[in-house]
Amino acid sequence: MKTIVAVKKLVYVYLVRYAEEQQDLALLSISTFQRGLKDPNQLIRASALRVLSSIRVPIIVPIMMLAIKEAASDMSPYVRKTAAHAIPKLYSLDSDQKDQLIEVIEKLLADKTTLVAGSVVMAFEEVCPERIDLIHKNYRKLCNLLIDVEEWGQVVIISMLTRYARTQFLSPTQNESLLEENPEKAFYGSEEDEAKGPGSEEAATAALPARKPYVMDPDHRLLLRNTKPLLQSRSAAVVMAVAQLYFHLAPKAEVGVIAKALVRLLRSHSEVQYVVLQNVATMSIKRRGMFEPYLKSFYIRSTDPTQIKILKLEVLTNLANETNTPTVLREFQTYIRSMDKDFVAATIQAIGRCATNIGRVRDTCLNGLVQLLSNRDELVVAESVVVIKKLLQMQPAQHGEIIKHLAKLTDNIQVPMARASILWLIGEYCEHVPKIAPDVLRKMAKSFTAEEDIVKLQIINLAAKLYLTNSKQTKLLTQYVLSLAKYDQNYDIRDRARFTRQLIVPSEQGGALSRHAKKLFLAPKPAPVLESSFKDRDHFQLGSLSHLLNAKATGYQELPDWPEEAPDPSVRNVEVPEWTKCSNREKRKEKEKPFYSDSEGESGPTESADSDPESESASDSKSSSESGSGESSSESDSEDQEEEKGRSSESEQSEEEGEKRKMKKKKKVPEGQGEGSSSEEDSDSSSGSSESERTSETEEEQVEPASWRKKTPPSGKSAPVAKEISLLDLEDFTPPSVQPVSPPTIVSTSLATDLEGLTLTDSPLVPSLLSPVVGVGRQELLHRVAGEGLAVDYTFSRQPFSGDPHMVSVHIHFSNSSDTPIKGLHVGTPKLPAGISIQEFPEIESLAPGESVTAVMGINFCDSTQAANFQLCTQTRQFYVSIQPPVGELMAPVFMSENEFKKEQGKLTGMSEITEKLTLPDTCRNDHIVVQRVTAVANLGRVPCGASDEYRFAGRTLTSGSLVLLTLDARPTGAAQLTVNSEKMVIGTMLVKDVVQALTQ
Amino acid sequence: MYTKLFKLFSLQKMIHSLFLINCSGDIFLEKHWKSVVSQSVCDYFFEAQEKAADVENVPPVISTPHHYLISIYRDKLFFVSVIQTEVPPLFVIEFLHRVADTFQDYFGECSEAAIKDNVVIVYELLEEMLDNGFPLATESNILKELIKPPTILRSVVNSITGSSNVGDTLPTGQLSNIPWRRAGVKYTNNEAYFDVVEEIDAIIDKSGSTVFAEIQGVIDACIKLSGMPDLSLSFMNPRLLDDVSFHPCIRFKRWESERVLSFIPPDGNFRLISYRVSSQNLVAIPVYVKHCISFKENSSCGRFDITIGPKQNMGKTIEGITVTVHMPKVVLNMNLTPTQGSYTFDPVTKVLTWDVGKITPQKLPSLKGLVNLQSGAPKPEENPSLNIQFKIQQLAISGLKVNRLDMYGEKYKPFKGVKYVTKAGKFQVRT
Repeated sequence: MKTIVAVKKLVYVYLVRYAEEQQDLALLSISTFQRGLKDPNQLIRASALRVLSSIRVPIIVPIMMLAIKEAASDMSPYVRKTAAHAIPKLYSLDSDQKDQLIEVIEKLLADKTTLVAGSVVMAFEEVCPERIDLIHKNYRKLCNLLIDVEEWGQVVIISMLTRYARTQFLSPTQNESLLEENPEKAFYGSEEDEAKGPGSEEAATAALPARKPYVMDPDHRLLLRNTKPLLQSRSAAVVMAVAQLYFHLAPKAEVGVIAKALVRLLRSHSEVQYVVLQNVATMSIKRRGMFEPYLKSFYIRSTDPTQIKILKLEVLTNLANETNTPTVLREFQTYIRSMDKDFVAATIQAIGRCATNIGRVRDTCLNGLVQLLSNRDELVVAESVVVIKKLLQMQPAQHGEIIKHLAKLTDNIQVPMARASILWLIGEYCEHVPKIAPDVLRKMAKSFTAEEDIVKLQIINLAAKLYLTNSKQTKLLTQYVLSLAKYDQNYDIRDRARFTRQLIVPSEQGGALSRHAKKLFLAPKPAPVLESSFKDRDHFQLGSLSHLLNAKATGYQELPDWPEEAPDPSVRNVEVPEWTKCSNREKRKEKEKPFYSDSEGESGPTESADSDPESESASDSKSSSESGSGESSSESDSEDQEEEKGRSSESEQSEEEGEKRKMKKKKKVPEGQGEGSSSEEDSDSSSGSSESERTSETEEEQVEPASWRKKTPPSGKSAPVAKEISLLDLEDFTPPSVQPVSPPTIVSTSLATDLEGLTLTDSPLVPSLLSPVVGVGRQELLHRVAGEGLAVDYTFSRQPFSGDPHMVSVHIHFSNSSDTPIKGLHVGTPKLPAGISIQEFPEIESLAPGESVTAVMGINFCDSTQAANFQLCTQTRQFYVSIQPPVGELMAPVFMSENEFKKEQGKLTGMSEITEKLTLPDTCRNDHIVVQRVTAVANLGRVPCGASDEYRFAGRTLTSGSLVLLTLDARPTGAAQLTVNSEKMVIGTMLVKDVVQALTQ
Repeated sequence: MYTKLFKLFSLQKMIHSLFLINCSGDIFLEKHWKSVVSQSVCDYFFEAQEKAADVENVPPVISTPHHYLISIYRDKLFFVSVIQTEVPPLFVIEFLHRVADTFQDYFGECSEAAIKDNVVIVYELLEEMLDNGFPLATESNILKELIKPPTILRSVVNSITGSSNVGDTLPTGQLSNIPWRRAGVKYTNNEAYFDVVEEIDAIIDKSGSTVFAEIQGVIDACIKLSGMPDLSLSFMNPRLLDDVSFHPCIRFKRWESERVLSFIPPDGNFRLISYRVSSQNLVAIPVYVKHCISFKENSSCGRFDITIGPKQNMGKTIEGITVTVHMPKVVLNMNLTPTQGSYTFDPVTKVLTWDVGKITPQKLPSLKGLVNLQSGAPKPEENPSLNIQFKIQQLAISGLKVNRLDMYGEKYKPFKGVKYVTKAGKFQVRT
């Protein structure tokens, strides 16, 4: 028997492969399959249909049609699934069958099993994607089934629903402000509705046609809500499908949730990375804020393939803005020295784009690029020239020097594009380099014949421009160049030469144009805009092949625009099946109906004899709970069938068994403890002990299951249950709170210093980035009036001071606003309290007017907040200044685990512990903000922390190295308790004060 | 209004054909699910491959006049699929990886030799996995019921009794709503093992400070439990998990509300979840590297000196350390002396590999010596990055801990175990 099955399968493979070529032979087999279609075993029926429909012989079309129709009403969902698969096969064989096939599709769309859903939607997409009307009645059912459909089906359904939603709902972005004012309406979902009763539902639907105010259609919300969990699918394709759905359909405030999932995919195979990065690049242009918190995930490793590197670079460039450019540019600086030259070229382009987009860093970038001109690699130089050209065009007047420098390069650079760019620059701005320009032309004239075409064209261009501005010196040269060009091999060049000659050289007939020659050649040209190549790609549906190729692929279906007026939402209502118990809340009930009936159906008659115990137990428990507490309970359990399954199976046995187990565990506790994680030493021998170790653990675990059972009783009263669920859901949909962590003001102050990095020297990069917040706000040391034009500010950079680890590193920013240079800036004899010492900055010889400089000095404050007083001397004056550190700057973060933290905390109790109660304001209840505020006040490191609502931070004071441990225990209500443990009581007290202030303000 | 968007010719959706190509460019296996596509379509692929120079840089999606080619590169093989119309590229890529995973699962490795040896099984698998270009059965549990994986014993038995490895009973898993688990599983020893594996991805800059670091983790499970067990796994500190992706068996709602992983597991080995640890936490970097790599101007040698030491290792030993360096092209050879372990330098690929082993804090391992450069060539501009691999047993660096595992639905008492490992992921030190 076994052999027969195996051989049969191979025969099928052969048959399907060669049927088209040997039709007569294939026909012989048909009757066997027809017999198979009637087999009592569902699996045999299914495979017979599968093979039959795969035989591409037109004669059997009627037989196939009949078979499909019959299979579509088969008892077994598996056979129905196969029927759905067969539809596109038949359609591709004979498209005349379309009408009949649509009937079958319509029938199968109404099917309520997850098994069929994916396949039939696939058939729908292939045969009749334009029949959107077929979806109406099944829309809610599909949304609800989605999470249980297999992965491949999910992708197909999601992309179909994206299109559907675009035709049926209003754009959520058209009235953004209203939406935000009225979040409850927007977030409302089915359960909540249930609680509110029928009134609100009617109000909502009534409001829709009026269009104002915008209220999201509950069905639109349903789709968004039901797809969101799929962001956590293991399949990249599903995650991408949901991401594109959110990008195209969700209100702006909610799109952010997809960023995290997409960033996760970057860990996957490089092909997946490639596709995801392409899509992220497009998204990051439209919604930059979304990916900003994940900036560092796009940093490039030297082992990445070049195509990935270039895409990451694209994303980084798109994400660069005023606040993060220093970081991004510093990162780019390391890329420039990569061995991968294509990548270096792309980096240079990226720097150029940052410079054009962000005006403040333009000069720095330009300087950096000019430095690159002396690079050894010609490709790097060439690329820099091209980018410099574009940048200079924005502000040519100030950069005569750079143009001169470039002019010199013409002797060395061989890359045609770069030579052409230099020549164009010189020609365009010849009035800035009046002496050099003719000389360059002379050299070029000499080498004209040996140049590339693109360079030759620019030589002609240069000659023409010089002739117009400086005809005395260049008349002969120009004529020489034009004569050379006249006999060139390339017709473009000959054409250009002829044209130019007629234009610029005055002759009897051509006078009319040559009078305007100057206007023609030297017209002011708009600066180029350096744009991402991913701009406007979002008119293709994201995640599609067309988007990836940036060209319409065959069979691509345009994503329709949002309708002006919402089509009638009632088309999606489904008639109430007879067995519905409640009639008073019709509308919402109806919507939910398909979902129940589905779960019923799954474990019902469609399942053949071998239905598994799992689904049985689910339906059992359901029916029992229904009878127990009436209509309301059916609501709660249908709400989440999955959960119910777990719960029911547990409740059956957990009571008694749980008790027993508990007893056992308690006994075993002593032997297993302390060992923690080491259960891998192995199985058979030590099974008893290692098990106990795994199951023993702490007290709370035993309490836990019981407590949640209490929370969600299987058949609770209707009202509280509904409410609770809706609360949960609301939480689920609060707009994503992924703000960028970096505080803008702080980073920008150190902009100047950071950008020094771009000079591409070998000096080590400023180490930073260890703590989430880098440095605190700038404070004034010397006002510019008091300082007679010299203004001095300081910031605590929070970087370890290189000379002495006990010192706080202070960045001092000098700027000269007077009109004479200030010379000899240094620190004069300090008068310091005991213990405090200063590491002075090296003398600044001269500070030109308008310039500013940053110097780093170290101060050992000796763990006190006493001010360090010293003199700031110039050649002519002395200023008395003092720096008083906030207490939070006297420490440096340390890394420790939660256990270590607790251990240390145990040692620092009593006098060393300072506790303060506070109430957190509403603005300060999310993780990001709390952590950000605390770390802004004190230079502490966060300790990873398991328990919810607890934040721990640890640091050591710089001088004595005593531990400073900070714990914040925040209740959801806003009440919080702040505890600081430190030997240094003064520091502890002051820290508590500062942190409380920061958190409550 | 939509009819105008619709084209009357028939659309051939999804995956049309699959070609397997080895490194030397031979097409050694092809499979068509619809009409036959000529092998010559692969010429476009070869063209792109030539242009890319490096196998990693072959674009995954190539457009040709009549088809689109979507390919993946796995274990020195290219899986090239032919597509005719619009389809989400990730859909195809994901599927191809699933195919490769299945081969790996069945034959122990996904190599040309293994595929050729089991060509019949390969065809059977491909036939089951895709129906008319649309994925049908991709869950390993279902496939294994349909087609038995080859084992030595079975092939002996088969050759004697003349039976085959095609399952004689058709799988029931496909019919249930838990397609990942096969029915009627029986074990004498019921065991459930979980491996918590965390990887540290980091970029360390020249001066030793961390540019970027994060922890990525997975929990791999090996479940050998009879019947239909319903498991729930809870953590001591679930809040650490910032971004989680689940095996389809996990009940999402339960996780959302209680942070408990509740699931009916597939039989055998599978990946339960993968997660990322909240990026707000500082990441402990267990090793530091002191390095001094320099090339002298105008001379044909350079100096190379690296030392590795432990740092923030939570009191555990760091083992399995390997340092891989892609040296610049101008490097001809390297003459080094390791104080510990052994090193190799491949003059063709210019890859230096130093197998260090364990770190003992008393004597830090170092590798010192001279680098021979091609004479006359300009000195390399950039120092190479160091890629570091290491392993720490019995530690999850994020501090994640499994609290307990409960089983419902079955009467027996299973044996349970958890193992923690921390590894270096993409751990790179810039020099």
